[in-house]
Formats: sequence, C-alpha cells, structure tokens
Amino acid sequence: MATAAQERIEPATPGGPSRTSGKSAGRRIGEFVDRNVVAVFMTPAIIFVFVMMIFPVLFTLYVSLHEWGGGANVNPRFIGLSNFTALFSQDPRFWAAFRRTFYFTALAVSVETVLGVAIAVLLNREFLGKGLLRTVFLFPMIATPVAIALVWRLMYEPSLGILNDLLGAVGLPMSLWVADQSLVIPALALVDVWEWTPLITLITLAGLSALPNDPFEAAAIDGASRWQTFWHITLPLLRPVIVVAVAFRLIDALKTFDIIYVITQGGPGFASETLNIYVYTQSFQYQNLGYAASLLIVFFAIVVGSAVLLLRFRKAGE
Amino acid sequence: MATVYNPSSSETSRRLRSAGYYLVIAVVFAPFLFVFYYMISTSLKSPLDITAPDFRWLFVPTLDNYREVFVENEFLQFTVNSMIVALGSTLIGLAIGLPAAYVIAKYRAPKLALLILSARVTPGITFLIPWFILFSRIRMIDTYTALILTHLLQNLPLMVFLMISFFEEVPDEIIESAKVDGATTWRSFRSVVMPLAKGGIAASAILGFIFSWNHFMFSIVLSGNDTRTLPVAVFNFMSFGSVNWGAITAAATIMSVPVILLTLTVQRHIVKGLAIGAVKG
Repeated sequence: MATAAQERIEPATPGGPSRTSGKSAGRRIGEFVDRNVVAVFMTPAIIFVFVMMIFPVLFTLYVSLHEWGGGANVNPRFIGLSNFTALFSQDPRFWAAFRRTFYFTALAVSVETVLGVAIAVLLNREFLGKGLLRTVFLFPMIATPVAIALVWRLMYEPSLGILNDLLGAVGLPMSLWVADQSLVIPALALVDVWEWTPLITLITLAGLSALPNDPFEAAAIDGASRWQTFWHITLPLLRPVIVVAVAFRLIDALKTFDIIYVITQGGPGFASETLNIYVYTQSFQYQNLGYAASLLIVFFAIVVGSAVLLLRFRKAGE
Repeated sequence: MATVYNPSSSETSRRLRSAGYYLVIAVVFAPFLFVFYYMISTSLKSPLDITAPDFRWLFVPTLDNYREVFVENEFLQFTVNSMIVALGSTLIGLAIGLPAAYVIAKYRAPKLALLILSARVTPGITFLIPWFILFSRIRMIDTYTALILTHLLQNLPLMVFLMISFFEEVPDEIIESAKVDGATTWRSFRSVVMPLAKGGIAASAILGFIFSWNHFMFSIVLSGNDTRTLPVAVFNFMSFGSVNWGAITAAATIMSVPVILLTLTVQRHIVKGLAIGAVKG
C-alpha cells in the first residue's frame, strides 16, 4: 500500500512544487481517490453485488427456461416457458406449499406481534434485573438455529420429549406434535414464536422509551383507565415502530428454512413443505434444476412483492 | 378510627404487588430459558436418564456425551471449518463493506443502499441454485472460498447497514478539519473516521461472525467432507441410524455457547443488526 507516502500531510498548495515533478505515486493515488471518492470506495461493493447477486438472478432466469435434470454437470435443454406452465397448472404440491407458507407466516407473526408487544408493555418500567432480562431475551434469536431446532425436535419427540410428559402431568392425552399432519405447522410456528417474539419485544421496548410524556399526562388528568391509555395512546404512537418490526418478521418468516428443514424436512408426507423447502427439495434432492429455478422465480416474486406491499402500507400509515 | 393511616399494611400491599410482578415476569421468561436448560441438562445425562419415560429433573451429570462428540467425530475439524468461514467472510465483509458504508453515510448514495438492502429481502436460495451450478462446474464445491463468498451474501448487507448508522454519527466537522489539514480522503477515513467508529466496527464484525457461524442453508449445499461447518455436521448427527440425543445436545451446546458469549459483548447492537433498517439510530 501507499501508506508511507500518505503519512506526509502536505498542505495542498495549488501551483506549488508538490503539484509538478516531486509527486510520489502514493500522493497521486491519494489525489485520484479524493477526486473520485464515491467511485473508489464503492467499486468493491458494486463488483461484489453484480458478480455475486445480480448475475446469479439473471442466470436463474436462464435456467428456468430449460429442462435441467440430473445435476449441475448435465447439459440443459431449452424448453421455453414449459416449467412455468407446469408449475401453475399441473403441480398441486406447489399450490399446497404456497398456502402452507402463508399459513405458517400468518400464524407465527400474528402470535409474535401480540405476545411481543404485550411483553414489552409488561417490561416497560424500572425493576431490579431488567437489564439482565433484556440480555437473556437476545439468546433465542442469536443461538444457532440448527441447535435450537434440534432441541425442539427432541422436545416434540412423542416418547422421549418433555412436551408429552407435560401433557401427561396435567392429564391430557399425548400428542404426535410434528409427526401429526394437522399439527405440524402450528408446532413449527411455535418454534418461530419462541425464537422471534423477543425481537418484537425489544424493538417495541425501544419504541416505548422514546415516546413523549405529554399525551400520557393529559390522559391521566382526563382520568383515562390503564387500558384506555394503552389502546388509544400507547398503541397508536407505537404503530410505526411495530409495523416495521412486523414487516421484517413477515419477510423472514416467508423464507424460514432452518427450523423446518431440521425438525421435519417438510414432513410428515409434505405436511410442512413450505415454498422454500419445496424449492430446496426440487433442486438439491430431485436435482430438477430447471424446474426449481422457475419455482424460485415465483417464490422470489412472492417475497419481494410482499416486501413492496409492506413498504407501501408503511408509507400510507405515515 | 376507621381511616387511620396504616403504614405497615400499605407497605405489605406494595411488597405483595411487587412480588406478583416478579412472578408474572418469571412465568413469561420461563419458556424462553427452559429450552436452553433442556439442551444443557440433556447433554449432561446418561442414555438411561434421557430415555427414561418421564423427564428426570434430578440425575447424576456425566461428560460422556461431550467425550463422544470430540472423540468419535471430527468435531474439532468442524469447529475449525466454521471458524475459517466465519472469520473469512467477516474480514472480507469489513474490507468491502466499510468504504461502501462510509460513502453511503457521508456522500449520499441511496441507490446503492437500496441495492444492498435488496439482498436482505431476497431469499437466500435465489443465490444458492445458480452458485451451486457454477461452483459445481468449476469444481469449487467443498472449498472455503465458495463458503466464504456465499456467506458474504448475507454478511455484507448486514455489516454495511450497521456501519452506515455508525458512520453517520461521526461529526462532519472533524472530517472537514482533517481535510483542511491536508489529509487525503483515504487518510482521514483511515486515521480519523475509523478510530472514531471503532466500537461500531467491532459490533459489525462480531455480528457478521455470529451470523456466518450460525448459517446453515448455503453450507449444507456447498460444503463437503473437507469444509463441513458445525451446523451441517451437527445436523448430520441425526441421520446416523439410531439418534443419539446426548451427543446431539452436547454438540448443540458447544455450537451455541460461543455465540451466546459473543452476544454479551455486543448486546446493544444486536437488535439493530437483526432488523437492519427497522430501528433507526
């Protein structure tokens, strides 16, 4: 690097000696960077974004127009839009996965939101150990998801797991949990709720601490009950913060992979196969790369479309 | 006589209410902590205690499961692999991300910010299929390079967005006065801005490390015998015939403990990192 030359801080005197012959390479590079800071500082990131992100997306479009089975080293055959027509007209598994993805997302995120905001309101006062609890609340979302998913898989285990022990202790019949076709999505959503409710809580808590005092004093003078104050003052004031937190959760929940793949791999049968799991299975288990690419484009459109809708909703709310 | 002020009874009711509050909090937090207790306690149990028909709260702890994880598996190698990939993607993320974040923060480049943010929204698997095909063709599956590059897809947006907010906090006057003293932009960035933002840089680096360490999907497809990272290796414990839950929970504990310890060092920034853009500040 040209550090040594740059250590000399010379006043840039126009027309002075440093402008003519005595300029070192480092000095010249320094001046070039000065004139083109944005370009120079951006270039590595731009190159990365194009090579690693934009190019693969374009390549996926190309792959989606081909029949490409049997692995990466087989040569693709151009078939036009056939993958997409097959996807929309002859693939019940796709539509089932589509519905399931939204079922899982709606269930998980709505519970997380209500629970997360409720816990934030509960914690929003000074008490001994508050800081410690806030730290503890980071653990579910930061611990390795594969580890967390494996522990839940054991807890859901019908004979070994603790959840059936608990049911037995209160006299309820045992459950198959994630091995039960109708229970598997709620059970997986519960893991997501466990993992991500703290995020909503912590974001809401940060929002609560930034609220102005005046409306609350006015409400107290008017004799508003605690519930009235919460419903008519706290919640509307918090709305922008909550909407953003929920938007992030929605986008991520649509993409959930780790916990579903580790706990059920889409089973039993296809009962927990969401779009992300289906794309994964098509590409890396069945090696139908062409078909998987067309699925991927639809999945991508759904997630990006949801994100754009959410941003619109957020702007409209402001 | 009826309305005599009675300090001791009001004191009692205050104490009762405060005890009730702590009880509610304990009930709320118990499920969140219990999962970790369950993981760690199972990892310390003998197979007999694990397969007992009811949950055993009392048991004689044993380290056999940990011994098994290290002796009968290449667990150390998996840890080293995870370390190399996480450090590699964090360092490259800093090298590429810091200048980009600085320019976005101080020279207004909203289009680039949007482009990088779009990587946060895009499902990771969108990048995985094309990269799987390309890495297969150039024989780069099961290399650290492939893993580091793909982990960067996740780390770069995260680190850039965290750093933008830290660089925005560096006062413009300080940068101006460095310029007046004749410092080049690079020099003022390196010896004025970076030292001022070093707390933020450390937080971004640690979060990048954690996210890469935890990452599963890219690694399960692109790693192989030579580069298998911890999450993939631990997941594979499931598929070996009969499931050894003692070993699995021991491995899960070893994998999550470093992350939880790192969390303690950057806790103030984690929420910002998890919801980049959600929390302004």
